[in-house]
Amino acid sequence: MADNNSGNVEFLKIEDVDLEVERRGAGPPLVLLDDEEGLTRESPLVDELAKSFEVIIPSTPGFGRSSRPDWIETMDDIAYLMLDFLDATGVEDATLIGFSLGGWIAAEMATKNVTRIGRLALIDPYGIKVRGPWDRDTQDIWFLTKEEVQVLKYADPKNGDIDYTEMPDEKLEVIARNRESFARFCWQPYMHNPKLKRRLHRISIPTLVIWGAADGVITTDYGKAYAGEIPGARFEVIENGGHFPHLEQPELFWEVLGGFLADAQQAA
Amino acid sequence: MDAWYFTEMPYPHLPPPESYPSDRVSLSNAVFDPEIGADLYNRYLDEYVIADDLGLNLMLNEHHQTPTCLDPAVPLTAAILARETAKGRILVLGNPVANRADPVRIAEEMAMVDCISRGRLDAGFVRGVPYELFASNTNPTQTMERLWDGLELILKAWTTRDGPFNYEGPHWHKRSVNIWPTPYQQPHPPVWTTGSTDGPNIDRVAKRGFHFASFLQPHERVRVLFDRYRAAALDGPELATRRLGFMPLVAVGETDAEARERAEKLRWFIRSKVAPQFRNPPGYVSLDLNIRALKGQFQGRTAAIRQESTDVLIDKGVIMAGTPDQVVAQVERFFERTGGFGHLLMMLQAGFMDHEETVRNITLFAKEVYPRIRHLAGGKDDRGATQTARAGQG
Repeated sequence: MADNNSGNVEFLKIEDVDLEVERRGAGPPLVLLDDEEGLTRESPLVDELAKSFEVIIPSTPGFGRSSRPDWIETMDDIAYLMLDFLDATGVEDATLIGFSLGGWIAAEMATKNVTRIGRLALIDPYGIKVRGPWDRDTQDIWFLTKEEVQVLKYADPKNGDIDYTEMPDEKLEVIARNRESFARFCWQPYMHNPKLKRRLHRISIPTLVIWGAADGVITTDYGKAYAGEIPGARFEVIENGGHFPHLEQPELFWEVLGGFLADAQQAA
Repeated sequence: MDAWYFTEMPYPHLPPPESYPSDRVSLSNAVFDPEIGADLYNRYLDEYVIADDLGLNLMLNEHHQTPTCLDPAVPLTAAILARETAKGRILVLGNPVANRADPVRIAEEMAMVDCISRGRLDAGFVRGVPYELFASNTNPTQTMERLWDGLELILKAWTTRDGPFNYEGPHWHKRSVNIWPTPYQQPHPPVWTTGSTDGPNIDRVAKRGFHFASFLQPHERVRVLFDRYRAAALDGPELATRRLGFMPLVAVGETDAEARERAEKLRWFIRSKVAPQFRNPPGYVSLDLNIRALKGQFQGRTAAIRQESTDVLIDKGVIMAGTPDQVVAQVERFFERTGGFGHLLMMLQAGFMDHEETVRNITLFAKEVYPRIRHLAGGKDDRGATQTARAGQG
């Protein structure tokens, strides 16, 4: 959830889901799908983006303060709902950026319909099964200890330290909901949609895939394979960045993303 | 008051606890020696038969990937006891419906055990403790709905006589259900379930007339659960009380010292080491509890109990230990403090308690304690005239 630097927050009814939507800045539309921990929306990256875009941050069902009716069970359900959300907002030629789980949702959306989406950026997205049934493509974050997960997720594990003890209940509730919903959608199949890999070829817009070189949950090889399934996708690696490279290496990250956005805008 | 003999069938021969992070889920099965396992299975089954001979009822359960419980397939042990015992009722508490692939298969298994035992089955159904989700891969946010949907399907499979019927629900699809055999008890065996934190779930259990059991909880907590059950039951608090069950660790000795020594051995079960991430997978407990977990105030439902002293646990009723007189007094006190209950489910064996000691514990309870507490809650549980009559014919 946004703290001191939050923009306008409203709730939109999409089907029977109450969707929390935050808007910041002005300019062409950029839809940002946050990571499953809600960290990205609080980062300086959003301020940077808000200088040249209207940044629209919808919380997907079950995350933030968006509702999660029982019928929302799969990434398909979420992706179609988020496409309905794009229709409801009426955005044209939007830039769609997704981080981690948000990246997975963005990829699912782009395989289904890009009518309102002009370009796509995915940052360390979950979502596909690359290797065989005996291979662990995604490290099991629920089986490992909190400390082990932090080592995998961050180039510098200390960057994952968060003190929850002083947070207000309202904020802790969002964190607890995020965690519950993450498990609801990603427990099994674990962190992937078995159908997604065979659908990625349908993504027909300029796409950038950014990967943290130090992401130990899903490695750079996984990222390369992901990007390789998307026709013409660019693949960029951020040195000394983990699963959230934009949080650990904001300058390096902005060079890559900012460049892509400028090129794309010129082309458009 | 009905009393039930229970052991989780432990495999206690483990490496030093500091050498592994968790005995549940991830302790390598390289530690398991099948020769020792064979001895343990046969010994534990012998002890169930002895408990049956001494007039106790028998309770079984299942867990997976853990040396704390060598029974990963409770229909198998229930089937063995259905043949090897003659008197006691056999309570399966429970079938982990949420974690099983096919509830109709459970309906068949339980119906078969009920027939072989000529109607001695009490059939329990549970959502499973949090550690189980790593073995079963059940989604932690869906355990309650899978339990209830599965249970409804089992009840329908047991009671339908004009089938086949079809079922297309969120978790299971069935083309044509028409089970052979049906249960021996009609319309079906008594149904049990367990619970600890979910109030509305207790209401639902009570309204359906299912038995409800709580394990290893302090008396204050049990009182809240049992009162909630009694208030929601449709047939009044007196009959409702007879359907309530509680499980403590029970150690009876000729002397207090002997009982205390036995109680320390039983504590092996609650000392069991579980890695924190296995205790509370996301979505298994309510948001409120997870908010407390973030603040460091909640580490899983049994974490607090594990650290208490034996004296405190005896005071709370989690352990009942002493001479027969003392244990009778402890059962009566717990009965009083919780507003009453009909079933004492007793872990009488755990950890390194050997055969001789276990038999002694069972015998002292059966001979010296049980006769003096049977009158509590109005005598034997009324499981319904039809069921009792039918079972009596066997």
